[in-house]
Amino acid sequence: MRKLKFSQAINEAFEIAMQINPNVICYGLGVDDPKGVFGTTLGLKEKFGKDRVFDTPASENAMTGIAIGASLNGIRPVMTHQRLDFSLLSMDQIINNAAKFHFMFGGQHTVPITIRMITGRGWGQGPTHSQNLQSIFAHIPGLKVVMPTTAYDAKGLLLSSIFDDNPVIFIEHRWLHNLESDVPEGDYRIEIGKSKKISDGFDLTIVSMSYMTVEAIHALEILKKSDIHCDLIDIRSVKPMDWTTIFHSVKKTGRLLTLDTGVGQGSVSSDIIAEVCHNCWSSLKAQPERLSLPDMPTPTSPSLTKHFYRRSEDIINIVSKMLGKDLDGYALIDRDGLPHDVPGDWFKGPF
Amino acid sequence: MEHTLKINLFKKLFKIRTVEETIADKYTEWEMRCPTHLSTGQEGVAAGVCQALEDDDFVFSSHRSHAHYIAKGGDIRKMIAEIYGKSTGCSAGRGGSMHLIDKSVGFLGSTSIVGGTIPLAAGVALSVKLKNSSQVTCTFFGDAAVEEGVFYETINYAVTNKLPVLFICENNLYSVYSPLSVRQPENRNIFEMVEGIGISVDHGNGNDPWEVFEKSRNAVGKIRELQIPIFLEFSTYRWREHCGPFFDNDIGYRTETEFLHWKEKDPLQFFENMLLEQRVIDESQIQSIKAGIIDEVNEAFQFAHDSDFPDFTGIQNSVYHS
Repeated sequence: MRKLKFSQAINEAFEIAMQINPNVICYGLGVDDPKGVFGTTLGLKEKFGKDRVFDTPASENAMTGIAIGASLNGIRPVMTHQRLDFSLLSMDQIINNAAKFHFMFGGQHTVPITIRMITGRGWGQGPTHSQNLQSIFAHIPGLKVVMPTTAYDAKGLLLSSIFDDNPVIFIEHRWLHNLESDVPEGDYRIEIGKSKKISDGFDLTIVSMSYMTVEAIHALEILKKSDIHCDLIDIRSVKPMDWTTIFHSVKKTGRLLTLDTGVGQGSVSSDIIAEVCHNCWSSLKAQPERLSLPDMPTPTSPSLTKHFYRRSEDIINIVSKMLGKDLDGYALIDRDGLPHDVPGDWFKGPF
Repeated sequence: MEHTLKINLFKKLFKIRTVEETIADKYTEWEMRCPTHLSTGQEGVAAGVCQALEDDDFVFSSHRSHAHYIAKGGDIRKMIAEIYGKSTGCSAGRGGSMHLIDKSVGFLGSTSIVGGTIPLAAGVALSVKLKNSSQVTCTFFGDAAVEEGVFYETINYAVTNKLPVLFICENNLYSVYSPLSVRQPENRNIFEMVEGIGISVDHGNGNDPWEVFEKSRNAVGKIRELQIPIFLEFSTYRWREHCGPFFDNDIGYRTETEFLHWKEKDPLQFFENMLLEQRVIDESQIQSIKAGIIDEVNEAFQFAHDSDFPDFTGIQNSVYHS
């Protein structure tokens, strides 16, 4: 099958959505600039015109309110933030209006907006250019939150998000943009709220999200060589969460490791552990573990981030410990000299 | 034509006053169990502006929203039922006094966060433009809303992109108990400051409903013709406390003298006298209009009182549209 990069898959989803529905519009700072938000919005203005694809002032809160207002009258706006951190300026509109309007007005309004937020890690993005704040949005009833990992999921989930009648926070990890996968042509949808099983095993359940799923896949390849086989569930949707698949897996393996791209305290990964303890207590053979960022702002210097981010090596070590084995991830993985703060040799910054 | 307009405007003013004062009377029965911000004294702006709008034009409002809802033609039975928390309320009992809606007359909603609906109006105006419609979208807010960042963001965007929005600032001098003097520089008029952003502005006496109507009609005409946003500031005064049914001139943040000064400028009495002087209407016609409205309002309260409360069962399934 044809392979596309994650960023190309996003671009294709836009193109399909805008072709099939004239009410879909795309805006945000820089969506029509020469870089096209890491390539994700390139060419859209040329195809669909400046009324439907446009740059905006640096007014995140108003622009979000404008998306909500337009959506109340039948438009399906897709907003893009080149960094999730900028969306924090629009929390009032997202939480007080977008998330509430359907419920608060007795079901008479729908708010079909999609807000893309790009998160990241490495290359010194630092405290305010790489925050993974999915848990904040997951805390808000009325929002849906998705975090695709593969190009295939990115396309199908973006199309589902755009045509969902509820506000959807669409979180893209910058380190996934260059990742390729099989992507069918044409329109297809992935149901929001359905996870994806990446691998099967009886030893342990790993529940992961977004970029951490990539690290988990690498870790599982190494673990297999030591005859350790895990269920790897890529949640894809943070809200609603596919609890059925997670509980089913934990009841089978009895062990749970959750991976998070964000800080551990008050996180999605903590919430998964809480729900599993509540629903699968008698099946648990070991205490659940969580691999997440330390409870501190993201530092900038490469010497500091080296110990801040979680990698395949750390996954191997924690899985090994949970199973009473003695593997050393750092000895088992050869990164071939690739620095820890880039996703691959394609990435040379600056953002 | 003008005769009918004036009578309709009077009806709006009297209906708002009657609803608000009936709420004040009945609030201490404690059946209306939500924060309630009354519009008594400020009827002139709501009635005058909405009289200048068409039925299919859109309106948003803020926490003090009753007058705007009623002036746009919102169903008062559903409004009172909403304040009573009943299932027959305009928001099915989920919103209360601060979250009113009547889509059938273009009243798209009111919200409680200061400035919160200002960008929504610009968004609806954007959708109107994309659909090549000629509708005008109006948003009402108070003098404190111009202290919010989203106000500047929205005006800037609306001007830059020529969005057909009517921004109405009701300057009633107070934000809760905080006077303008602690919030905005002395001798700086709001409308003049806003004009600096590049939007067309005007200002007027909010307690003269006819002046409000004429300025609004003029603005709405320009918005439709030129596809531009316009900002209007009207001075007015809230008679009762910020939130609740009582008067609060004794607690120290404003004076009885100031209140009486503004009460002298009662927009309802002013307009009633004007219609009588102009012989648009006579005393017996006024009494007949008032009696009809009082009956309608009483019936709305009875309806609200008699309606059922919503059931909690299953309500969690109403968070998302499916």
